[in-house]
Amino acid sequence: MTPLKVSIAASIASVLLLLIVFELIRSRRLRERYALLWLLTGVVLLVLSAWRGGLNTIAHWVGVQTYPPAILFAVAAFFILAVLLHYSTVISRLSDQNSLLAQRVALLEEKVDAG
Amino acid sequence: MKRIAIVPALNEEGSIGIVLDELRAFDAQLDVVVVDDGSIDRTADVARAHGAHVLRLPFNLGIGGSVQTGFRYAHENGYDLAVRVDGDGQHDPGQLGAVIEPVVRGDVDICVGSRWLESSDGYRSSASRRAGIRILATTVSMLTHQRITDPTSGFQALNRKAIALFAADYPHDYPEVEALVMVSRHKLRLQEVPVAMRPRAAGRSSIRALSSVYYMVKVMLALFVGAFRRDIVPLDHA
Repeated sequence: MTPLKVSIAASIASVLLLLIVFELIRSRRLRERYALLWLLTGVVLLVLSAWRGGLNTIAHWVGVQTYPPAILFAVAAFFILAVLLHYSTVISRLSDQNSLLAQRVALLEEKVDAG
Repeated sequence: MKRIAIVPALNEEGSIGIVLDELRAFDAQLDVVVVDDGSIDRTADVARAHGAHVLRLPFNLGIGGSVQTGFRYAHENGYDLAVRVDGDGQHDPGQLGAVIEPVVRGDVDICVGSRWLESSDGYRSSASRRAGIRILATTVSMLTHQRITDPTSGFQALNRKAIALFAADYPHDYPEVEALVMVSRHKLRLQEVPVAMRPRAAGRSSIRALSSVYYMVKVMLALFVGAFRRDIVPLDHA
């Protein structure tokens, strides 16, 4: 069984994550589009942290006998990987768009100078 | 009174020409700017051939980014009135008179054509989309303290003040719902008038099955967080 203290500490950490993401959106430093995966991460971690029975059941399913909170680490690691991979695709897109913009500016500059 | 029609278009070579001709038939004095949101077909060529100014975005910005480009154009060129008409043919330019009138009279700052006000008829989109629109309509009505029936409608007329607001600040992705709440938070006057819309003439909607889930989640999140925002973007040029 998950120790109660572990459950409480993990729940607090998840709520903190959710509050920080909320505040970043509110102050317009984070767009909703890029906040959704973080919010999902926070909600899933909060549910697994607070719902000790559920965490135990999942741990049992995947063969973790001794220490159910290990599942919290595994799930957190999975979501961090997902967020990182998502951001890699975002950076790739931004980088493509950035080249395109630089090329458009160069072409326009030539037109302006020639005209 | 300088008037302009802003027409966002993405791969609408099949319908954009008809829309532009209908706009001309509605009012030959109306300037038209088409914002081509990174089309890979001949949308921009067709639009130019039909006498419109064309702003070609170098890549796809989404409907919010492209419509805001049009508002910036209208703002910088000093237009007194802007109407937004989608390039897919859903908005019938023949009905623009009703949408423009309350703004021209000075009753409101922005007027939105609604499919759902009592006397409207015509195309009303699919059942699942209608359910989504109803949820959004209820939420937006609560947030704006006035009855809104068609919060996703992009068939709109705006005066100088509203153009300046949207040129300075406009929501990303799918903007209409959040924009209505913005308008009310800036104390601009808003009104709906009944219009009939048509099914899109050609091409396909930018909102498809899976992205409609994203659409609902994103818009509801934006509305929820937005309700906790106190800062109002100052309007320098209004």
